[in-house]
Amino acid sequence: MSTSVDLDKSAVEPTFVGISGGRRARNALATGLMTLAFLIALVPLVWVVWTVVSKGLAPVLTGHWWSESLNGLLARQQGGGAYHAIVGTLLQGLVCAVLATPIGIMVAIYLVEYGAGTRLARATTFMVDILTGVPSIVAALFVYAVWISIFGLPRSAFAVSLALVLLMVPVVVRSTEEMLRIVPDDLREAAYALGVPKWKTIVKVVIPTALSGMLTGIVLALARVMGETAPVLILVAYAPFINFDIFQGNMASLPLLMTVERSNPTDAGADRLWGAAITLILIITLFQLLAAFLSKVTAPKTK
Amino acid sequence: MSDPTVTGGPTGIGEPADRWGSSVSAAVPEAGIPATEPPPPDQGSIGATFVQRGDRIFRFLATGSGVFIVALIGAIGLFLLIQAVPPLLQNHANFLTSRQFEAGDPNNLSFGILDLLLVTVEVSVFALVLAMPLGLGIALFLTQYAPARVARPFGYLVDLLAAVPSIIFGLWGLFVLAPAIQPFAVWLETHLGWFFLFSPGNVGIAGATVFTAGIVLAVMILPIITAISREVFARTPRAHIEAALALGATKWEVVRMTVWPFGRAGYVSASMLGLGRALGETIALTIILAATPRIFTGSLFDGGATFASKIALSFAELNNNLSAGAFIAAGLVLFVLTFLVNAAARWVINRSGAKA
Repeated sequence: MSTSVDLDKSAVEPTFVGISGGRRARNALATGLMTLAFLIALVPLVWVVWTVVSKGLAPVLTGHWWSESLNGLLARQQGGGAYHAIVGTLLQGLVCAVLATPIGIMVAIYLVEYGAGTRLARATTFMVDILTGVPSIVAALFVYAVWISIFGLPRSAFAVSLALVLLMVPVVVRSTEEMLRIVPDDLREAAYALGVPKWKTIVKVVIPTALSGMLTGIVLALARVMGETAPVLILVAYAPFINFDIFQGNMASLPLLMTVERSNPTDAGADRLWGAAITLILIITLFQLLAAFLSKVTAPKTK
Repeated sequence: MSDPTVTGGPTGIGEPADRWGSSVSAAVPEAGIPATEPPPPDQGSIGATFVQRGDRIFRFLATGSGVFIVALIGAIGLFLLIQAVPPLLQNHANFLTSRQFEAGDPNNLSFGILDLLLVTVEVSVFALVLAMPLGLGIALFLTQYAPARVARPFGYLVDLLAAVPSIIFGLWGLFVLAPAIQPFAVWLETHLGWFFLFSPGNVGIAGATVFTAGIVLAVMILPIITAISREVFARTPRAHIEAALALGATKWEVVRMTVWPFGRAGYVSASMLGLGRALGETIALTIILAATPRIFTGSLFDGGATFASKIALSFAELNNNLSAGAFIAAGLVLFVLTFLVNAAARWVINRSGAKA
């Protein structure tokens, strides 16, 4: 009786069946949710940038913002600029980079070229990871405990740089390590075959090959630590004037200027606050562009 | 064993580096050299003392830097401890259970970390609860859904969030975000106020609460969670994905059956790294959270201070080692806390084999 039905049906199950409505709906829902998650993440980014630009653009467009300090100005007095803070941020960042870069590079060389697989290398990798996660305030407290409490030295911009070194080294190690690892072993072996000693191979072959990526990593790491506020808050006092001496006296920096002007309720205070914010973002952006530029200029010209 | 003449002429002058040394000797098995990993450095060629000295110095510098890093972490713990012990001995309150942190007067120290710990944990966990699902969605979107052409620039946009200094997030949070979300906060407080998380807060300043701080913190840890999760998800073996597709799985089923099981551990540890960052975040929370003399009730609408924000608020004025030491003791607890969270995160990531 059911033979007629059987004839209508194909002998084998069809290879492709339509996707059921439930599965289709779940798929669409998941796609929608994930796209939404991404869009949500863009909201604060755009919002923050818009806030900073709309509030901070006016003060930084004045000429004296980039060339004058706030020395002698009252809290409510308009005028002056952030030159002293820009100098401080750049100086502290520069000193930090000078100290952190060689350490970071040597650690990365150790991890890639010498230590691979040893116990010490594993411990070092682990400690670099831990150092990455050390809060900036703890780094600052450590420098305070050693530099100021035990050595009895005064608060200074150099102490800030030391704290920044702790934050910058792990980032430099990570990026340099990654770059050294992708240098082809053929290059090293070719150098060894020519009788070049290992250290010269590293200095003259491995590092130049990886240089482009290393520089990018270093500049990016520097850009990251220059925005740190906790160390400047603890390790140096604010000064409204220009100070080039990193070992003595108070020194401003952009984050410190912002924390000081935050408690200034006047219009001038708001201008300085948001002006410093946009200046800080501009400097960090400039460093990021510099990183991109460096990586292009110094890329190995083998091909 | 690694006599240069056996390995063949000039190759032996520099010591073969450790990582490919074995493969080189494996390529000439007839020479009968066992694949010794690193040959002793002294067995280089004869009469190349200068070369060896350079090598030795360079090796020493590199190894020394490695040792330096290991020693540094130990030194951080040690020096913080040294500074923290004297004030702890003179502490009139119980360090672990007291809820007040009075350390301004070196002759009358009375400080405890319970409130700091509670605020720190609540704001970090709240941030994590917000950021985890969002981070997962973004990481999956960027690795599995977004067209390959735009995935990179899109990813760069999310990474940009990490480039914004935290002080700017703090200012934005207090001056812009807090007023904007205030109606929602009030709504929660009036309708869900019976639940302890949403009960009326202990500060009068609208918006300067754990609630605002947690949202800002979530934004700040989002790039950390997405960056690492993305890396892990992108490493899902192509064969797994294609096998699932061949069985007729929808995109979502592919994600659920291949990408998620593969990347789960990486995602968890990425979130823990985000938590580590949240625990130690300083200036954004210093700006947002209103200081209050009243104790923390556990509500999201409370003010208060985290370890980091308490230290940042008070430290600049300190000029004696005892008061400073009291705050350093709090910093030490924070250090141990972040150390444990980060170490656990790394442990999970290493065990899962997906390195990030």
